[in-house]
Amino acid sequence: MPFGNTHNQLKMSYSADQEFPDLSKHNNHMAKILTPEMYANLRDKETPSGFTVDDVIQTGVDNPGHPFIMTVGCVAGDEETYEVFKELLDPVIEDRHGGYKPSDKHKTDINPENLQGGDDLDPNYVLSSRVRTGRSVRGFCLPPHCSRGERRAIEDLSIQSLDILDGDLKGTYYALKNMTDDEQQQLIDDHFLFDKPVSPLLLSSGMARDWPDGRGIWHNDNKTFLVWVNEEDHLRVISMQKGGNMKEVFNRFCTGLTKIESLFKDRGHEFMWNEHLGYVLTCPSNLGTGLRAGVHVKIPNVSKHEQFGEVLKRLRLQKRGTGGVDTAAVGGVFDISNADRLGFSEVELVQMVVDGVRLLVDMEKRLEAGQAIDDLMPEQK
Amino acid sequence: MAKNCHNDYKMKFTGDEEFPDLSLHNNHMAKVLTKDIYNKLRGKSTPSGVTLDDIIQTGVDNPGHPFIMTVGCVAGDEESYEVFKDLLDPIISDRHGGYKPTDKHSTDLNFENLKGGDDLDPAYVLSSRVRTGRSIKGFTLPPHNSRGERRGVEKLSIEALATLTGEFKGKYYPLNGMSDKEQDQLINDHFLFDKPVSPLLTCAGMARDWPDGRGIWHNESKTFLVWVNEEDHLRVIAMQQGGNMKEVFRRFCTGLLKIEETFKKHNHGFMWNEHLGYVLTCPSNLGTGLRGGVHVKLPKLSTHAKFEEILTRLRLQKRGTGGVDTASVGGVFDISNADRLGSSEVAQVQLVVDGVKLMVAMEKKLEKGESIDDMMPAQK
Repeated sequence: MPFGNTHNQLKMSYSADQEFPDLSKHNNHMAKILTPEMYANLRDKETPSGFTVDDVIQTGVDNPGHPFIMTVGCVAGDEETYEVFKELLDPVIEDRHGGYKPSDKHKTDINPENLQGGDDLDPNYVLSSRVRTGRSVRGFCLPPHCSRGERRAIEDLSIQSLDILDGDLKGTYYALKNMTDDEQQQLIDDHFLFDKPVSPLLLSSGMARDWPDGRGIWHNDNKTFLVWVNEEDHLRVISMQKGGNMKEVFNRFCTGLTKIESLFKDRGHEFMWNEHLGYVLTCPSNLGTGLRAGVHVKIPNVSKHEQFGEVLKRLRLQKRGTGGVDTAAVGGVFDISNADRLGFSEVELVQMVVDGVRLLVDMEKRLEAGQAIDDLMPEQK
Repeated sequence: MAKNCHNDYKMKFTGDEEFPDLSLHNNHMAKVLTKDIYNKLRGKSTPSGVTLDDIIQTGVDNPGHPFIMTVGCVAGDEESYEVFKDLLDPIISDRHGGYKPTDKHSTDLNFENLKGGDDLDPAYVLSSRVRTGRSIKGFTLPPHNSRGERRGVEKLSIEALATLTGEFKGKYYPLNGMSDKEQDQLINDHFLFDKPVSPLLTCAGMARDWPDGRGIWHNESKTFLVWVNEEDHLRVIAMQQGGNMKEVFRRFCTGLLKIEETFKKHNHGFMWNEHLGYVLTCPSNLGTGLRGGVHVKLPKLSTHAKFEEILTRLRLQKRGTGGVDTASVGGVFDISNADRLGSSEVAQVQLVVDGVKLMVAMEKKLEKGESIDDMMPAQK
């Protein structure tokens, strides 16, 4: 980011107290964790690419948050951020990811054969299925911090790699800045187009600089596999289709992702990953798998049941409206997805969605028939 | 020179790989910046670490408007104008009517040098106002400064303003911690400034840490007002109802000079040099940083075929009464000086005083159904 790190030495002529942000009205993970002592310890450090603690926390200082929604309030500018600023980020990660400890190990499993079932969710209830994740390309700074040269290099690598995909995955890249009006309209109609971020949470971190330079959308001809380049993360990978065949969606997701990873490796670039944090992404909330697997499911009866919140909690699932995060459900149709990201593998998380949604649909059918669901209450997973 | 890690890191990409795409852009920076200039300047930084990319970010992020020429760059500190002169000198020349790198700017805040200005007809001239900006030496500017620096500027400002007496005696209201009552009053007085929403400003980094270190000070009679840490370190405003611009300018100059004395005592004078005059964040505000203006009723003149020509010759500009980019209401216009750099404060306010007097006389002629052809001014 242009502003934060460029004069860290000059700032040292002020005391830590003089520089410490006013967080008295703040409600985000960073504000809960950051103390003046921690700030004093971290303020003279920089990652090798020059990212500083003020860069990490700027978005959380600028956005006090919401009394009911806990935002993260900090971002990484490069892979080394999570190491250099671990004194701040480890507790933030622990707080956000259910007590995940600095010594914990995260397991990665993107072998779709390990998923049991998932091809039999009732399409009368399950309208669509989707899996998304993010990936960062090792050797480049992350969106809050990267320069135009870096961003373009990531775009070039992405285009080269995605061009090689064939069969079901064969597709086309649409650069945001060259898009024709027709292409743009089509992508909007397909619900594929992402636009310049307007959320101050993102803008304050510097992710929208130089928009739309280096940004684009790639999708396969069948419109079931989609990659966003240089939006909030280097890559966002999405697999989706109508109906309840989550197994097929996950299959395509894993196959595509693995192919892309190997194509990047062929070009000398791996994804950022380590055995503690799993896949390294810009926002600490997306560490681990970075995976959100979900369905749009019709559950008008279950969703009104007084135990609905408890059921979701026990199943380790979360609900959103069909417009995505912070939207309301329409016509009893909910977006149900995994709540966890870190500390569970991809297969485990999708399994929870598959098993949990199957149970919710069974419950819905019971309630439709005027029967109780007490005996169906799940254990805490 | 401070080590700017990230700038060094960027140097491993070539100038071409880093050069911004300005093909859809229409601002002063995009007109002037070439690959050669970019290559020459990309390895530099000011002592506080401001780099070329910091300077141009706002212009890259905001392509501009086909009819309005925005500046497209900002300074991060006083030295920006020196270290990046290869870019900023041509922009300054373009924006300020051909002002050359060798030109000298004259400062004149002696209000006694203003002739007249106390006799603008209040039946037409509804209010008068003069504003400028000031930057405090030794601190970096709003796009770049840290919380510690911003609070340092606020602290100094509070001390300096607290020494003011008589007609200048007043009170400081920090944005952080303002009561609802105070906030409502300041809104009613048209004094309150809010967090910038314009992407021109937010992309430059000026809104970081809002509202920390920001506040408003005004005197008891509400005729002299200072904004702290908004777009510039200080914005100083003198205003009152009616057409007595002489009085407004007197209060403006007196207050400004008193404030400057106090800052100097603390070894923090205002940023100024004989080439650029007062150094401010946006290159468009260099020189005097002064906009002296009135709200004046000109329903007939403003619809006259020669209105624009008259304004051009008088070196004045018009705005709606809501400020820049607003429409006029009921034939009332905001008329102010167009220039900032290359003429003094007194000269600019003189242009407003003389120009508005002429325009009111023209309005009166047109009311009587008479022609104004013999009143057309020469190009000033």
